[in-house]
Amino acid sequence: MSDFALEVEDLQTYFYTRAGLVKAVDGLSFKLKRGETLAIVGESGCGKSVTALSLMRLVADPPGRIVGGSIRLSGTDLVPLDEPAMRAIRGNRIAMIFQEPMTSLNPVMTIGRQISEALILHQDMTRAAALARTIQMLGLVGIPEPEQRAKEYPHQLSGGMRQRAMIAMAVACNPEVLIADEPTSALDVTIQAQILEVIAKLRRELGTAVILITHDLGVVAETAEHVIVMYAGRKVEEGDVRSVFADPQHPYTRGLIHSIPRLALMRSGGAAQPERLQEIPGMVPALSNLPPGCAFAPRCARASDICRREIPRLEEKRPGLVAACWHAGETAAVAHG
Amino acid sequence: MADHDHAAALERAGANVSGWWSSVAFLARKYPLGAIGAVIMVIFLLTALLAGITGLDPFSTDARSSLARPGGEHLLGADFMGRDVLARIVFGARISLTVAVGATFLGCFFGVAIGLTSGFFGGWFDLLVQRLIDIMQSLPLLVMALVMAASLGPSLTNTIIAIAIPLVPSVARVIRSNTLSLREMPYVEAARAVGMSEVRIAVTHVLPNTLAPLIVLATAQLGSAILVESALSFLGLGVPEPHPSWGRMLSESAAEYVRTAPWLVIFPGVAISAVVFGTNLLGDAIRDVLDPRQRQ
Amino acid sequence: MGAYLVRRLALMMLTLFGISVLIFVLLRIVPGNITDIIFDSAGFVNERQKKKIERELGLDQPIVTQYGRWIAGLAKGDLGYAYVSEKPAIDEILPRIPVTAKLAVLALFFSVIIGVPLGVVSAVRQDTTLDYVLRVISLSGLSLPSFWLGLLILMAFVHFLGWIPLYQSSPGNLGKELALLCIPAAAVGFRSSALVMRLTRSSMLEVLRQDYIRTARAKGASDTSVHYDHALRNAVLPVVTIIGIEAAFLIGGLIVTETVFNIPGVARFLVEAIRWRDYPIVQNLVMFIAIVVVVVNFLVDMTYAMLDPRIRYEG
Repeated sequence: MSDFALEVEDLQTYFYTRAGLVKAVDGLSFKLKRGETLAIVGESGCGKSVTALSLMRLVADPPGRIVGGSIRLSGTDLVPLDEPAMRAIRGNRIAMIFQEPMTSLNPVMTIGRQISEALILHQDMTRAAALARTIQMLGLVGIPEPEQRAKEYPHQLSGGMRQRAMIAMAVACNPEVLIADEPTSALDVTIQAQILEVIAKLRRELGTAVILITHDLGVVAETAEHVIVMYAGRKVEEGDVRSVFADPQHPYTRGLIHSIPRLALMRSGGAAQPERLQEIPGMVPALSNLPPGCAFAPRCARASDICRREIPRLEEKRPGLVAACWHAGETAAVAHG
Repeated sequence: MADHDHAAALERAGANVSGWWSSVAFLARKYPLGAIGAVIMVIFLLTALLAGITGLDPFSTDARSSLARPGGEHLLGADFMGRDVLARIVFGARISLTVAVGATFLGCFFGVAIGLTSGFFGGWFDLLVQRLIDIMQSLPLLVMALVMAASLGPSLTNTIIAIAIPLVPSVARVIRSNTLSLREMPYVEAARAVGMSEVRIAVTHVLPNTLAPLIVLATAQLGSAILVESALSFLGLGVPEPHPSWGRMLSESAAEYVRTAPWLVIFPGVAISAVVFGTNLLGDAIRDVLDPRQRQ
Repeated sequence: MGAYLVRRLALMMLTLFGISVLIFVLLRIVPGNITDIIFDSAGFVNERQKKKIERELGLDQPIVTQYGRWIAGLAKGDLGYAYVSEKPAIDEILPRIPVTAKLAVLALFFSVIIGVPLGVVSAVRQDTTLDYVLRVISLSGLSLPSFWLGLLILMAFVHFLGWIPLYQSSPGNLGKELALLCIPAAAVGFRSSALVMRLTRSSMLEVLRQDYIRTARAKGASDTSVHYDHALRNAVLPVVTIIGIEAAFLIGGLIVTETVFNIPGVARFLVEAIRWRDYPIVQNLVMFIAIVVVVVNFLVDMTYAMLDPRIRYEG
């Protein structure tokens, strides 16, 4: 049994659209250790959600397709598997929770039924046994009066409870990997913290590896050990959370960190100097129309000729931290008047 | 994973399609049923508009040709009075087109006006309109049209009015609900902040955005109008003599000629069905094209 | 749930009231009444006689009074007298109702039995050949005038079997009567089933696009489970509403089909009454039709409320 729950190598997911070829994920590689929490961050459109869907093989075909690379779940490559084999793995060994708990739960089925379904499907339990375990799971995620809740419908629960129920549904079969796609974005700030705590608790108790997809760096700082920064379908920086946050090497990461209020970062040990909020000028490029060199070059103050000509390679800039930038490490400040 | 033919997949998705002609060709390939519908409608339109130059005469009676079988002088046969079926079908297209377009246009015009005003301005007017819509929609289209036709009397104009009036509430309802959601759009708020008058906002900002569902609705109403007109004429309460109406052609031949002159039953019905089929195909395709289902 | 019920009932009453006013007014838009027709056909107008008949029929009263008398009569069950036959209107209408009802139920039955399953299949196999074929068939169902279909069916029977399946009321043998009614029911039902099929299809497609379907797939549920356990349960809700809308469409089809197949039902009677300007009959019949439509819609709403847990358990 390998050390890694998930090994992704050179994943490429392309979309064929009227606007042209969209390379949503273009050569992504990473390894996820057992029980580790990995965060994938980036703005919307950077390919992080498509990555999540690709890992679950849920990319709609057409218009999208995994055109290259491998995804090894405890050694098994998921990419060439046929549908029935993949179905046995989904919800069982690798599970996913989504952003919008209200629309992601079937409105005409009770919570209990929806969670039991996963158990009956993958663990061959009887209805009664599945229900018992369901109630147990609901308790585990912190839902009060779980026996009562199991009989209720999604609309009768609050937003936070629905998300907890979704989590219970996802971890019911004790998967090796849990993918959480923006699990807190649709929730109030106070509930966010609770949900993250639930995920962390489950990680501790069940040993599940977690991939947390988010655009919220505060969340990353709170919960993840390892972080990957994505831009325009490619990985631009990866490393230990503390290390990356303290001294990011890629200008985009730098921009992201400098554009959020300092409070959250200070708590997790970021730089103590309060600075002015800085924004990253420009917009995310359309994935069907990427520039020839580094995708970030048009918005980067440090961009030079080589940046615009050649896509930078991922190189280790510090122990445990890789970044893809020709000018990584240069301390020239982002031009700001 | 097999080798991916990017080019083929891209072409199927319609990438790199530019220019008016290739856009039309692409749409025709993607929505073949809609293309067929469009062709049928064009044929219908041309038949109606160019009926006069064909030299056919739908009115002249000829006792010798009474109930003539299809072929020879009368390509599609002749009716009891010796009138040529083909001529009556060609000229009947004119009547169908007139009634359908007239009724649909009137219905949509008033329906949009009422729906837009009601949805945008609200208030007691809206409440009243809502109740009226509910009331009128409780009666089936044909029943309403029948009652209207009966009270107005049989004539071409009255038939158009009789069909238009029941269409108004359906259109008003759709436009109203669209307006209600469009009203909350940020650009409406922005226009207000700039100082635009309410009426101008309604007409220049909200109205154009209701056009897409309106087009779909209008094509469907067109088909309904043709069917209701044919039903009214079939029952003797629609378009009167001497206008040749496909529906009335069927009533004149009804059960009596079913055995002896089946062509009198078949051809007018085929004409009605074909045209309505065309409007339905086209309407469906338009709806699919305008449906914001693109997930990028 | 209780409050919802009461609200719907009140709304229903209001709508019916509005309909009665509407019908009453519509029938009197054009000046002139039955006395004009009577005298038109006679060729001359005898003013004194005309006024006498008008008084007898209550046509000399102001409109509002006439309306009041009608409504009061409705409440009591007295529908006035038919102009043509001079019998109580209710005696003309009531006996014709059963056969129309049987026809309507049969047609609705066909449309649901055929329409719903085909709609589901069409949605599940979207864009395949089967889907296209089914869509074309359903579109043609919506495009054919139902009276023409009835005529074609008659023609087919005459041509291939030699007999015309015209209706004869056979009291006593319900089975035989229903069997015979199946033929016109098919003519009416074809259009209805096409509508039900299309709406079921679009409802299913809409549901299949929802997030919770993605969640079900993420759980590893099979296609069958996704389609039938998850999707269909949600898709049937709008279909139930559709059946209510169908009630209205159906009546139009009944009118012409009863005419084609010579069925002595209430729908055909409406046309006859209109031709004769028999206002009491027309008024009451249209009112009756409206009541049926409104009540059916109400029942459908109640059924929907029971089926959809979001309404059943209102917080």
